[in-house]
Amino acid sequence: MPQLTARNRHRVAFRLNGRQVEALAENRMLLSDLLRHELGATGTHVGCEHGVCGACTIQVDGAPARACLILAAQIDGADVRTVEALAPQPGRLSVLQAAFREKHGLQCGFCTPGILMTLDAFLTTRPDASEAEIREHLSGHLCRCTGYATIVAAALAAVEELRKEQKENA
Amino acid sequence: MKPPAFDFLRPDTQEEVLETLHRAGSDARIIAGGQSLVPMLNMRLARPGVLIDIMPLHALRAIREERGEVIVGAGVRQAEFEAWPQLAEKLPLLSQAIGWIGHVQTRARGTVCGSIAHADPSAELPLSLIALGGSVRLASRRRRRTVPAAEFFLGMMSTAIAEGEMIEAVAFPVAGRGTGHAFREIGRRHGDFAIVACAAVSDGQTTRLAVAGVDDHPRRFDLPQEDGGALDDALNDIAWSLNARDDLHASARYRRELVRRLGRETVMEARSCRS
Repeated sequence: MPQLTARNRHRVAFRLNGRQVEALAENRMLLSDLLRHELGATGTHVGCEHGVCGACTIQVDGAPARACLILAAQIDGADVRTVEALAPQPGRLSVLQAAFREKHGLQCGFCTPGILMTLDAFLTTRPDASEAEIREHLSGHLCRCTGYATIVAAALAAVEELRKEQKENA
Repeated sequence: MKPPAFDFLRPDTQEEVLETLHRAGSDARIIAGGQSLVPMLNMRLARPGVLIDIMPLHALRAIREERGEVIVGAGVRQAEFEAWPQLAEKLPLLSQAIGWIGHVQTRARGTVCGSIAHADPSAELPLSLIALGGSVRLASRRRRRTVPAAEFFLGMMSTAIAEGEMIEAVAFPVAGRGTGHAFREIGRRHGDFAIVACAAVSDGQTTRLAVAGVDDHPRRFDLPQEDGGALDDALNDIAWSLNARDDLHASARYRRELVRRLGRETVMEARSCRS
């Protein structure tokens, strides 16, 4: 029965953005801090640190989740995606990211990585998402700049573009 | 803030969990999805000496139907319960209520039993368990016992879980033929804690109304099959019996008014949708 002691650091192994990674973490370390401080993945932002603001939202096994409400020790063996995974290659944006740029879906950009990870997960499973459903998913995020209107517009533009792509590929 | 230091146990068997709970007593806490506990750790409202992660225990991760009840294991996440294909048929109240729990992003991790164990006075799952007359299955090193929902919630974040015990599962009675269910909630924004939430179950004889967000734990009342002024009077009595208090989010008076109005809507909807 592995009982990990409080004072030592313990090995955590998981997939991060398609690559197998390992790090050492104290039991009390949050996944948000593991990503930023140990693995250098600073695209994930930290806002409230108690699950309210949504800035640190990432994907765990395909579903959006708060990195600040997950202990590093809980992530062993999981598949984690952060905002760094979205762009298909350096210098190119994903459809969703391009729509945010096009529709001014961000101002200061602090909340954006979390919102992108929620919408990316949602639109992957539901490419026919309605505005109401998009708004419901966005309700787990705080943005103090945009008033959300341009974020919704960007998400709807991405839906439109993804639909077009799907038709072309069909 | 960051959590204080704690030992972390990843058990291979449930016996190890129970042994550790027995040994460490109130110094040990179970962690499943962590969506209530980790915020409390981050804010240092909880300072356990040892955390026991029960998610590696696959036996706890099942939903099954057994003798007229749906048994939800301690490792079942809210999103998994929400996606259970039989939810709308077996537990229509839960299929209405579950979308009100936190957000998509927290339901992906949080567990059904974790919310029951946390016992927030405004939470949807404790309210639903009370409304349906379900029960909580507890285990310790020495014994197993089942506690009816009505005896489980004792006060603000306070439950009948004794030292050395863990929740193994919760049991929701399957919806009976000809019963109607309704769920309503008012919060500042969708996903916020409810100011008042109501759940009603009607079987044609009586309508059972459960209310969360007002008293320090969810409460349940049986209403006679009356309408009009008699129902208003009954709801008014309920509103005054709930020890409503003023806080940052709403006044006691507003909460009582919500119990009267939201309660009435919920009762009427449950009565009208009896199948």
